[in-house]
Amino acid sequence: MSGTAANIARIEGAGKIDRTRPLAFTFNGRKLQGYAGDTLASALLANGIHLVARSFKYHRPRGMLTAGNEEPNALVQLERGPYTEPNLRATEIELYEGLDASSVNCFPNVQFDLRAINGLASSILVAGFYNKTFMWPKGFWKKVYEPALRAAAGLGVAPDSPDPDTYDRMHWHCDVLVVGAGPAGLSASLQAGRRGVRTVIVEEAPEAGGSLLQRPATIDGVAGTEWASKAFAELDAMPNVLFLCRTSVFGYYDHNYLMAVEHRTDHLGPGRSPGVARKRLWHFRAKRVVLATGAHERPIVFGNNDLPGIVLANAACTYATRYGVSLGKCGVAFVNNDHGFALALETQAVARNIAMIIDPRPDPDDALVKRAAALGVRVLCNSVIATAHGWNRVSSVDICPTRGTGLARLECDHVLVSGGLNPAVHLYSQAPGKLRYDANLACFLPDQCIQTVEVAGALNARFSLDSALEDGALAGKRTLHTLGQAVDAGAPAEAKDELHILPVWSVQAQLGLKLPGKHFVDYQNDVTEADILLASREGFRSVEHTKRYTTTGMATDQGKTSNVIGLAILAASLGKPIPEVGTTTFRPPFTPVTFGAIAGRDRGSLSDPVRTTPMHAWHVDNGAVFEDVGQWKRPWYFPKPGEDLHAAVARETKALRTTAGVMDATTLGKIDIQGADAAEFLNRVYTNAWTKLAVGSCRYGVMCRPDGMVMDDGVTARLADDRFLMTTTTGNAARVLDWLEEWLQTEWPELEVYCTTVTEQWATTAVVGPNARKILKALAPDMDFSNAAFPFMTFREGVVAGLAARVFRISFNGELSYEINVPSWHGLALWRAVIEAGKPHGLTPYGTETMHVARAEKGYIIIGQETDGTVTPQDVGLEWAVSKQKDFIGKRSFSRSDTARAGRKQLVGLLPQDKAFVAPEGSHLVASPERSTFDPRLGSPSIGHITSSYYSPNLESAFALALIANGRAMHGKTVYCSQGSGLKPMTVTDPVFIDKEGKRRDGID
Amino acid sequence: MQRFSFANLVRNSLSGHAHWKPFWRDAAPKQKYDAIIVGGGGHGLATAYYLAKNHGITNVAVLEKGWIGGGNTGRNTTIIRSNYLWNESGALYEHSLKLWEGLNEDLNINLMFSQRGVINLAHNQADVRESIRRVEANRLNGIDGEWLTPEQVKEFCPIIDISRTARYPVLGATLQRRGGTARHDTVAWGFARAADNLGVDIIQNCEVTGILREGGRVTGVRTTRGTIMAEKIGVVAAGHTSVVAAMADIRLPLQSHPLQALVSEPIKPIHPCVVMSNAVHVYLSQSDKGELVIGAGIDTFNSYSQRGSFHVIEHQMAALIELFPIFSRVRMLRTWGGIVDVCPDASPIVSKTPVKGLFLNCGWGTGGFKATPGSGWVFAHTIATGEPHPLNAAFALDRFSSGALIDEHGAAAVAH
Amino acid sequence: MLQIDCPWCGMREEMEFSYGGQAHVAYPKDPHAVSDEDWAQYLFMRDNPKGLFLERWVHSQGCRRWFNVERHTVTHEITAVYKPGEPPPAAKP
Repeated sequence: MSGTAANIARIEGAGKIDRTRPLAFTFNGRKLQGYAGDTLASALLANGIHLVARSFKYHRPRGMLTAGNEEPNALVQLERGPYTEPNLRATEIELYEGLDASSVNCFPNVQFDLRAINGLASSILVAGFYNKTFMWPKGFWKKVYEPALRAAAGLGVAPDSPDPDTYDRMHWHCDVLVVGAGPAGLSASLQAGRRGVRTVIVEEAPEAGGSLLQRPATIDGVAGTEWASKAFAELDAMPNVLFLCRTSVFGYYDHNYLMAVEHRTDHLGPGRSPGVARKRLWHFRAKRVVLATGAHERPIVFGNNDLPGIVLANAACTYATRYGVSLGKCGVAFVNNDHGFALALETQAVARNIAMIIDPRPDPDDALVKRAAALGVRVLCNSVIATAHGWNRVSSVDICPTRGTGLARLECDHVLVSGGLNPAVHLYSQAPGKLRYDANLACFLPDQCIQTVEVAGALNARFSLDSALEDGALAGKRTLHTLGQAVDAGAPAEAKDELHILPVWSVQAQLGLKLPGKHFVDYQNDVTEADILLASREGFRSVEHTKRYTTTGMATDQGKTSNVIGLAILAASLGKPIPEVGTTTFRPPFTPVTFGAIAGRDRGSLSDPVRTTPMHAWHVDNGAVFEDVGQWKRPWYFPKPGEDLHAAVARETKALRTTAGVMDATTLGKIDIQGADAAEFLNRVYTNAWTKLAVGSCRYGVMCRPDGMVMDDGVTARLADDRFLMTTTTGNAARVLDWLEEWLQTEWPELEVYCTTVTEQWATTAVVGPNARKILKALAPDMDFSNAAFPFMTFREGVVAGLAARVFRISFNGELSYEINVPSWHGLALWRAVIEAGKPHGLTPYGTETMHVARAEKGYIIIGQETDGTVTPQDVGLEWAVSKQKDFIGKRSFSRSDTARAGRKQLVGLLPQDKAFVAPEGSHLVASPERSTFDPRLGSPSIGHITSSYYSPNLESAFALALIANGRAMHGKTVYCSQGSGLKPMTVTDPVFIDKEGKRRDGID
Repeated sequence: MQRFSFANLVRNSLSGHAHWKPFWRDAAPKQKYDAIIVGGGGHGLATAYYLAKNHGITNVAVLEKGWIGGGNTGRNTTIIRSNYLWNESGALYEHSLKLWEGLNEDLNINLMFSQRGVINLAHNQADVRESIRRVEANRLNGIDGEWLTPEQVKEFCPIIDISRTARYPVLGATLQRRGGTARHDTVAWGFARAADNLGVDIIQNCEVTGILREGGRVTGVRTTRGTIMAEKIGVVAAGHTSVVAAMADIRLPLQSHPLQALVSEPIKPIHPCVVMSNAVHVYLSQSDKGELVIGAGIDTFNSYSQRGSFHVIEHQMAALIELFPIFSRVRMLRTWGGIVDVCPDASPIVSKTPVKGLFLNCGWGTGGFKATPGSGWVFAHTIATGEPHPLNAAFALDRFSSGALIDEHGAAAVAH
Repeated sequence: MLQIDCPWCGMREEMEFSYGGQAHVAYPKDPHAVSDEDWAQYLFMRDNPKGLFLERWVHSQGCRRWFNVERHTVTHEITAVYKPGEPPPAAKP
């Protein structure tokens, strides 16, 4: 075939498409043409294409059942390459120039699908069949059965490359949120908008109108669509109104929080809106909500009711009136209610292709019957369609009287079905609102809701246009009234039974006959009436059980056309009325939502904030390799050309102990604690005592959780009688601040203490090593750095490199060490000055790895490395920092039986007997080679694990820290590191490896 | 019990499947049982099954206030693994995993237990350390585990982004090859069917409203379907355990939270295993139907509503797209929430109580599904003998007084 | 997403707050005078009602202050908000 096919099914003069704007598109490789205003579905139908998809399990041929968001069948893969998107509903895709779509889940093509062979085995592939088989022989599940099942799984395909589009978010507060811009929603919105309250109207379709776009109507003497356009224009012009089309509200959450996704560029085609976010995720917080979400028509279950060409009456009417598309030459309608009956007639009025209406009711509305006669449509009462026939498209139906027997075959090329209406209660149910079953209308309706929500229109069972308009206005008025506006809310309108429905859920059940063909309830998941009856027989009698056993309602249409029918069939099989069987709970989302839209901009570097220090640029320029510590980027090591981690760290560690090293310690948490009771406060949160600490001095502190386990540590300095500067570990800075505040505010409000984080206010440069004093002297000639004047564990204020600074003589490595704090905006300047001043003294920048090695050589712990939330201060050898006199958080827990027991895991040092063996951190230790593997009777042979492990150029050996059961009693013993390649003997030692006497920290004066 | 097999399936297809019997009888409560299990989820049904099978106690009722398997059994992401850190947990979860490996045959139902492998990603040096510690702990507990380099991660799961420029790059992962997933609902139904076959009464729509006691012993329960007597009562009510325990004046260290999860629309199989990440906080598998099954986080506040907040899903979706950029255009189909009972040490309580004859099995938090058979096994033992099985001795209530907690926050930090 | 009425800042989104669990869990007057069991009550045991719950929140992204909330754990309806030290709603005269 060449060129574009003609729009053979287009009805001359009908529809609201723009015939001056033809659009070329491709479906399954075929070049076709539609018009602006078409959906992919209407354009395909206009080209006479009904067969567009295959079902999930049996690969049955399927066409459009609906014209909207409830479509179960017509799923396509849209576009190719990075823009491809699986499982989109053709009924919702707005046509654009160059659109390229193909059918999903069929091979080799949708016309002839090899997997349709599954249909032959359908007598075996019933609900839950996979639970009953594929068990023998045992090994086959993994190798044969499951791969075969997976080969058949899924519908469309995910892209194989990252998404070129962007997505963004909006947060919006409003007085009234109206969901749905059909007659009821517009009517409610006009009430709210004209009163000046902050109003948002959200409509899924590209334009306002709702049902007015689906069938002919007249309001106030103008066409329904015109009325809708005018209402839209009026509302859209109001400064207090936000009117969003192409936007689906998909979730109704607590406290009137509603989520919606706006499709901003999809209708323009992929890649054609550079710089515009493809979708926008709206977060609405509404004081009041009006739901006017309409209703979905539902099918009737009869034999082969899934054949292409069998559509809902509402869909046929929409295709005719909105898109000017005729579904065939000879249609029959099967309706059991006035609404569907009228839709069939309206279709006939435009498309002139409905031959007969088949109605199980004995006495359809007289006026409708007369109108049918006027339109040349025969009406056959007391009758049903029993079975449809056809190959890839319906070609005839068997008609049967509701009483008695005898089938008559009727040729036709399409069938309109209306089994009643299901108000779109999804959002209401999510709210969560309770539903009630209305037996007269044969549907579930909103009943009660804990949130402030009004319902209007078809959702509220006001199915006719006039009553929907009235109901919408009343809902608007009631809402305004509750917002305190002087509006008379009036009495709620009486609900009228506008359907005159005779419920027929399944023709088989109605007739009490076994009819040929498959009788589908859930089209996409291929769930039949027989499946539901089987589930009921097998004891799945709760609606949730049936849903899960048969998968009814769990396809991508989320059961919009199937849930209620499935429920009714189950109820009938149990001999119970429908309300007694209940309904499943509706959960978000109402309609599927693109992952990318939910993720928004929180991707890549924005997925989590990156924190850097003022010196970061220098680190980058000087080749630092970074590691993530919480949100911080910290220099891990500074390799010289050709160096790996090991070589760089060896050089840095050596420098630190022989000449000097410099490290950026800015990321340590810093909390300024002030107030008359500050010392008492520290006494309570730290395990050691603080009241006697002199101003100008520093002290190491450990804090525990109430359960006695180590939580954090750090050095805190007394700046004044009533002022301390606490440091915390990098990762715990925020947690510790929160912790202090919690105790202060909720437990000890009588203490006068104020905590302020100053982590970001100070930049910290640590100058470490034997030459540190020389470097400091050069930088701060006015300060006295002698041991006598500036002893260990004190701090001094002074001018360093021309900058006002606080210098702390504290050490996390055992060397002479000064930590210079300057306001953060001077951090880089100070760092550069230190580097410059250090040049003659072998000053070497080092990163966190060298810091770790150096502190481990001294046996200093790192929170989160030597501790893991199960370790007490005593376990890691910090009893010296635990006060016996005063109480503090966690002290009581030390005396509990397990916490006080002997033989707990304790911190030790380890020296490998092979000095080159750097044990992987996390390795476990065993006591002997004989007991080194798992023994089912004895359990694990592990006696503990290695928390830190490095090579030390200073020791000229690898070494490690470990937590070992009863470790302190094991010094000198040999234990074995258990790891992949075997057992490595290691000697248990004291955890302090270097300078046990602590001489080095004073350097040489 | 009608056997499930291919032959039987074919045979029944000839009669239009008219002769399949119910999986379990819809039993009405008797006046008295030897033991009552409160809660008809997977754990409760497994308990009843093993009471009958292992201990010969068949005069047992399972009381379920709604429909069986309707709680967390039917609301989880079906991940099964045993790679916990501490010996006590490793032994319990590994026992469970071993039971899974023979459960199809034992229950004569296909649970679709799929040992596709579970990988836990490491994104920073601390993760790497903890991962190796866990793998080594597992190995010494007889549990399979291995450490993968980023390249090996990519080989095992090709769609994962291991680029070094990612915000939190993948530095490696642990892999438990025997881990995987199973079809969650079928687990409840399978245990129900097998328990029913051994004589257990499964009583649905029967809510316990009171626990009857006399002289410090339980004597029975009040329910919405009348009073039912029993001298042994096992409470396995997951998120509702605190409520039931309060009926016996027992206060527990449990908090109930909503835990959300979601699935995508079905897509052609592309994701071969289970991936979990603590640091980036997401976990993902793909079902045999083609849906991506994704776990979100826990809502921080207490709730019995099975509803969570959407920002939890937004956060976790951002994490997912970070790790799997190709899923950006796939769409979220369903979300749901379960009510999880979280313990301070992220380990369960399977224990006697101060009330004689009253036993508790709770606190499984976000990860109870994997433990279903093992939990039932040891709880049945505890109820039958009055004393804990060696595998659950450490999971007693008294650990909260002694301080002997089993802190699995590291292994369980991601809700799963 | 809940909407919480901070007693100092007014209505704000849940994301601005952090949860603090049950309110009014008193720290024992003398922890060393209570038994291990009673200490465990303080450390770990918590009410977990299905219904109204008195709980703590902190406005961590706002004023950073703690306060108490009475909230229904099924409907999530917030029925009272009060400052630390103030009596819970039921205890009010």
